[in-house]
Amino acid sequence: MAQVLTQKYVVGADDFAAAGAASAAVKKTLKQLSFPVDFIRRTSIAMYEGEINMVIHGGGGIASVEIYEDCVKITLADTGPGIPDIEQAMQEGFSTATDSIRELGFGAGMGLPNIKKQSDEFEIISEIGKGTKLTITLNANS
Amino acid sequence: MKLEQIMEVLEAKVCTDAAFDDIEILAACGSDLMSDALAFGENKGLLLTGLNNPQCIRTAEMMDINCVVLVRGKEPDDALVTLANEKEIVVMRTDYSMYTSCGLLYSAGLSGGDIS
Ligand SMILES: Nc1ncnc2c1ncn2[C@@H]1O[C@H](COP(=O)(O)OP(=O)(O)OP(=O)(O)O)[C@@H](O)[C@H]1O
Ligand SMILES: [Mg+2]
Repeated sequence: MAQVLTQKYVVGADDFAAAGAASAAVKKTLKQLSFPVDFIRRTSIAMYEGEINMVIHGGGGIASVEIYEDCVKITLADTGPGIPDIEQAMQEGFSTATDSIRELGFGAGMGLPNIKKQSDEFEIISEIGKGTKLTITLNANS
Repeated sequence: MKLEQIMEVLEAKVCTDAAFDDIEILAACGSDLMSDALAFGENKGLLLTGLNNPQCIRTAEMMDINCVVLVRGKEPDDALVTLANEKEIVVMRTDYSMYTSCGLLYSAGLSGGDIS
């Protein structure tokens, strides 16, 4: 399967207003490459939720996106506090977000479960004090 | 329902430059928490929210939502309007609360798309 292109973005945690810019750029690229609309939406939603998590929980990180002819692989890696209990974090409604995060529009505890739902392959690795790495793959014809 | 009619029902004011005469909205969702909208707002054309920051526009962008209505009389933040203009997403503001705004639109025939 031929790789079409790779993109890398630095996702900073200091500018909340700019959060989502990487996902927006990927969405634009996928549109230019004429991927199906539904696939682009799924990919954008999943990446955006992951990007926001990196900003609000992970202290920022790196988003790497590999675009193939019929799928996209996204890796979001941060060097934040890590997730103590991944199973719990994956549950709908579980959130450690503070009121100040909720005032910014996040903290429903819906992000991770939704990323999993949108993705065809989903892997999350996290180590306390080291960081979190989320790797997802979305197939265009699934 | 046409955006024009939504504007009338909510007595809303438009805050962006994009034209919207022809935009037809088939269903709407309302939330102040964006992940809630991102998880349940599939195939909605309209997002009602009290969240006055650019992330409501990012959310709309990711979901292919054409219009965001800011409820409770909020004057949209400049960065929100700038991003919406860049993405050609229509932003309106209404003085009605979230509950009343949703109720008015629902009574006027705009469904949430989740019950038939
Ligand atoms: N990158 C990360 N680094 C550290 N903790 C994380 C990270 N991503 C998620 N978490 C933890 O997992 C929890 C659940 O994440 P999830 O995205 O499902 O919900 P949320 O971000 O709290 O709220 P929402 O996504 O609905 O806005 C978070 O509250 C946080 O404790
Ligand atoms: Mg989240």
